[in-house]
Amino acid sequence: MEPDRATEADSSIKERRRGRYKIFLGMAAGVGKTYRMLQEGQAEAEAGRDVVIGYLEPHNRPETIAQAEGLELIPRRRVRYRDTELEEMDLPAILQRAPELCLIDELAHTNAPGLEHGKRYQDIEDVLEAGIDVFSTVNVQHLESLNDQVAEVTGTRVRETVPDAVLGTADDVVLLDLTPESLIERLLAGKIYPQDRVQAALNNFFTIENLAALREVSLRQVAEEVEHKRVITEPARGSREDQWIESAAAHAIHDRLLALVTPTPKSQRVVRRAWRSAQRLGGELDLLWVTDHEPRDEEREQLDALRRLASVLGAHLLIEHGDDIAATAARVAEDRGTTYILMGRPKPRSAIRRLLQPALPFRLLSLLPAVDLRIVADRTRRAAGGNGTKEES
Amino acid sequence: MTALLIVLVALLALAVVALAATHLQYRRRRPSRLPSPGAGRILFPFMAGALSQRALDAALRLARAESATLVPVFLARVSMHLPIDTPLPRQSGIALSLQEAIEQRATAWGIPVDARIERGRTYRHALRQTFEHERYDRIVLAAAVRGESGFGADDVAWLLDNAAGEIVVLRPGTDTTIDPPRPRSLRSLPRTTRERARVSY
Repeated sequence: MEPDRATEADSSIKERRRGRYKIFLGMAAGVGKTYRMLQEGQAEAEAGRDVVIGYLEPHNRPETIAQAEGLELIPRRRVRYRDTELEEMDLPAILQRAPELCLIDELAHTNAPGLEHGKRYQDIEDVLEAGIDVFSTVNVQHLESLNDQVAEVTGTRVRETVPDAVLGTADDVVLLDLTPESLIERLLAGKIYPQDRVQAALNNFFTIENLAALREVSLRQVAEEVEHKRVITEPARGSREDQWIESAAAHAIHDRLLALVTPTPKSQRVVRRAWRSAQRLGGELDLLWVTDHEPRDEEREQLDALRRLASVLGAHLLIEHGDDIAATAARVAEDRGTTYILMGRPKPRSAIRRLLQPALPFRLLSLLPAVDLRIVADRTRRAAGGNGTKEES
Repeated sequence: MTALLIVLVALLALAVVALAATHLQYRRRRPSRLPSPGAGRILFPFMAGALSQRALDAALRLARAESATLVPVFLARVSMHLPIDTPLPRQSGIALSLQEAIEQRATAWGIPVDARIERGRTYRHALRQTFEHERYDRIVLAAAVRGESGFGADDVAWLLDNAAGEIVVLRPGTDTTIDPPRPRSLRSLPRTTRERARVSY
């Protein structure tokens, strides 16, 4: 057998051996992740598969408990930690039982110290490696890189987080979608928390605004996963060309924006527009000032303000020394992998200068043929009734 | 030979005249500049959901009368459990929309604007940060109607004690607030994990 074929066969066996992983993703507690997981588990069992519940957290919800009836439950193990006795998922028991499909609730859970792994998603890895299919559940705010931002939106920080890659390793991600109004109705009906906790939940986390924001981010998260899986359908194996294509495809969906600024209030418009574009494209934003001198006092003041603004926006402020703005910007754009450049309208130039050298946008276009260039218009002039050009570098 | 020289000189003269004409035309077409930044600076602190149109108009009138620059400062609150220098995409989305609205209004009045976003654990903390970072001659703000968001009586008393320069406090009244286009737009939401993977703060 040729070496390439052998590698292919090996990895195909490995892929076959590993269990399939399905994650039920929700925007908040109470959307019905566990219920849906159990429902699908029941359907698999009815279809003749060997299904067990590895861990279930029904939160005393009668509908959820009813849905679990008839499915074999692996008993929890008791773990002593300090003076408390905790109940945890029994990983060795699941591996020993070796079902075809195991339902494991709340993959973001942190295990008690002293168990095989610190986190439940790591236990799930072992189950999958043993060739057992797994259904599991998680809320969007548990994803590590979203945690800070969800905390800003909702004012509530979730302590148990999982690496983003966990979602990427799932074969299927099922989003449990519910309108904020419906979720609040469920909350008020006592289907999520006991009645004595409902008011506190309504006052804190369960507001229409919070839920709408979380719903949107969950929808986008799943859309991104689908897009990612569509673009890169198979891992690159074999030829270098395949690997190059995969890397190029991954790179092609990443955007990075570079806004050319000067330390003047006028540049704020460019920053605003650039930041909005970066948000829409989901790309990083760099702000670049190319200067041929040390900042003067008034420039220093504006530069500090620009630095603070960049920090609030999550952008990066770069200051480069150079006489040639186009050449310096082109170099920075190449170094940073920029896909878009945004700039204000260039300063009007005299006829002689126009004859001697092309304008900055044209120079940028010729130096960076693969980068999109956007000249930011000044809408305030339209508001003011002006129709002319505006100076900006 | 002489004829050729005359033709050459004539051509050269024509070229110079053409260049001069183009230059003049360009100068004539060039729009009048926006107002250059005024020497004085008027701070106009505001927060999401509490941008009073009356206070903004008062600040603009003052800035025009004094040929000053208007410095609208959006005060952003950072929860205690987040680092103070954390990026604030949601509040930034609101702030930038409001600042754009202020800039358009100010430009219509012919007033230069130099906008800011200032972070703090509380609005008062954000104000204190503003005082540390900014030069200003006056502060214009609207007192909040009882029970609504904005600067309450305590905040105003605190400002009088802590802020340098003149403070113009507009008493609460029937007012229209300027709202951002959407309180929480798609772009101001948390990014997805794949988007976040491309963004290192």
